[in-house]
Amino acid sequence: MSEYTLRIRRYTPESGEAARWRDYTIDLDGHRSVLDGILQARDRQDGTIGIRCSCRAAICGSCGVRINGKPALACHTHLDRALAGASEGVITVEPMGNMPVIKDLIVDMDAVHWKKIQRVTPWLLPEGDPPEREYIVPPESMIDITQTMACIQCGACVSDCLSMEVDPLFVGPAALAKAYRFVGDPRDGQHYERLYNLAEDPHGIYSCTHCFNCIEACPKGVAPMSQIMRLRRLAGSRFAIDDENNGHRHELAFVHNIAKNGLLHEADLLPDSYGGKFHPRAVPELLDSLPVILRALARRKVTPAGALLHRHKAPPEVKRIFKQVHDAESSYELNLYVTGVEEQTEEGSVHS
Amino acid sequence: MKVAYWPGCVSRGFTPELHGSMAKIAPLLDIELVQLDRASCCGAGVIAEHDQELADTLNARTFALAQQEIANGAELMMNICSTCQGAQTECQQRLDASTPYRDHVNATLADEGLRYERGITNKHLLWLLVEEIGLDEVARRVKRPLTNLRVGPFYGCYIVRPTARLGIDDAHPRDRYLELLIETLGGTVVDYAGSHKCCGFPIITMNKEASLKQAGRNVGDAIDANADCMVTPCPLCHLNLDLQQPLAARAVGRELGMPVLHLPQLLGLALGLEPKELGFGKHVVKPSTVIDWSTSVVAAAA
Repeated sequence: MSEYTLRIRRYTPESGEAARWRDYTIDLDGHRSVLDGILQARDRQDGTIGIRCSCRAAICGSCGVRINGKPALACHTHLDRALAGASEGVITVEPMGNMPVIKDLIVDMDAVHWKKIQRVTPWLLPEGDPPEREYIVPPESMIDITQTMACIQCGACVSDCLSMEVDPLFVGPAALAKAYRFVGDPRDGQHYERLYNLAEDPHGIYSCTHCFNCIEACPKGVAPMSQIMRLRRLAGSRFAIDDENNGHRHELAFVHNIAKNGLLHEADLLPDSYGGKFHPRAVPELLDSLPVILRALARRKVTPAGALLHRHKAPPEVKRIFKQVHDAESSYELNLYVTGVEEQTEEGSVHS
Repeated sequence: MKVAYWPGCVSRGFTPELHGSMAKIAPLLDIELVQLDRASCCGAGVIAEHDQELADTLNARTFALAQQEIANGAELMMNICSTCQGAQTECQQRLDASTPYRDHVNATLADEGLRYERGITNKHLLWLLVEEIGLDEVARRVKRPLTNLRVGPFYGCYIVRPTARLGIDDAHPRDRYLELLIETLGGTVVDYAGSHKCCGFPIITMNKEASLKQAGRNVGDAIDANADCMVTPCPLCHLNLDLQQPLAARAVGRELGMPVLHLPQLLGLALGLEPKELGFGKHVVKPSTVIDWSTSVVAAAA
């Protein structure tokens, strides 16, 4: 048995008092979980500590909290491991972010997480009459979406979503991963409608800022951001949904920019993302950015000639790759979740 | 040491002071830069979002070009952009994980006589400083310690997440290297909420308000923590944090005015170079107008 100090953030909104940190010394083996530690503190020291939990086996998704500032399941985090990531030898435990606190470590999942899950119509919408017996689908077409099915609705990804932090209306990682669960399901008959709806939403798939926090947070390897990128790829490439948020246009503008220039030519990317320099949508945006553009010119960050002319042209080899790969009818989309990583005979190379 | 140098696009586009300052500090650290002139944009995650195989092929080509330089005596491939590091590492992970896939991509490169062999070492300058040159060696070369300079680190998402893919672990705390480096250069690390958050740049054309709010909040948090300046290893972050700072200030409804330095600029200052030759004049928020370098830093060296 070892002693650990848990520093728990205590808060009761209706009390009118500010949140405060309280330290609890607990006595448990290092392989026991942070949840075990919280429950011991509640049993032995203060029965009013609020924590939601049930299975204690990383299945029910109830005990999502922030441990040392990072989202995790309290039942799925060993005390010795938590101590290794703690500063000054104290393990901090606080409620998840982006959701209002009900009491102590319990957040209001209904107000945020479940509302957003409902937003994406989280059930199968098949087309036509149901078959006489079960739906028959090839297994390989379902493997891809098993990744999103692994979600246990713990809210860890929602907690640390950096887009949601500034834009609470953002549909968010958990709900968008759930959306892919149906967009990727061959039995569903509303792929286009689902994608159209989420592409046109000003807080939909194109509001994800690529921060990888959800991938890092998820205790089940769902990789919500990767699912959002799949939604974008399908919305743009398969259904050619030309959304009002400039999402698909920005993607195409970027790809064409590189095909032409080899290196990114920023001066073209901005207007092209809005449909071109003289597009009605581009004009107000460019006017709004005018102070920035003028300042950049004044600071000689860019020269007028540099902004208007293209110094750099894509070498023929790069143009050939675009022709050969991008313009091909089908693309080889390797999914490591499905294929796994092959055995490496030599040492891994991430650090060498 | 000789490195196959990938500067990225933005360092030669809208943040020319980054490429310029890298060229200035390289000789002071005995880094010989062999620039990969024929390589193309890493795709910044956008090409991969559009067509994964295309992004993987373009980066496999960059790796193959770098491996030619490595065969000629370069020790590894080096980049100076968090986004390049992250986007290229993601492609490398797929290429290295599957021989059939790598063969498929190499078949496209074969027409050019190029081939990518599994396991290239591609490190951002930040990683190279800590892991190859060593902070002790960097400290020995400091001519002008950044005494009394309070620096807020700002990493950029692509170089800190996902940790497993980027090789961040207890033995390689790459998500703490900026703090270690600032201390090595004699500066004071400012601990603030935004250091590992997103600058908002990827959605500037799609959700401008949210994008600028992210930039504005991070800069504001650094101000509230009394930082003199921020430093970033990512030129895309620099675009949102510096170039867009006036608009970010409007989005968050407060005055900002925080100078944001590129990593080689901060290094260059400590290595004895003058603000002007490091391209400080090219910033939207000019560092020289906010910080009196002559007293806070330069005078300390005298």
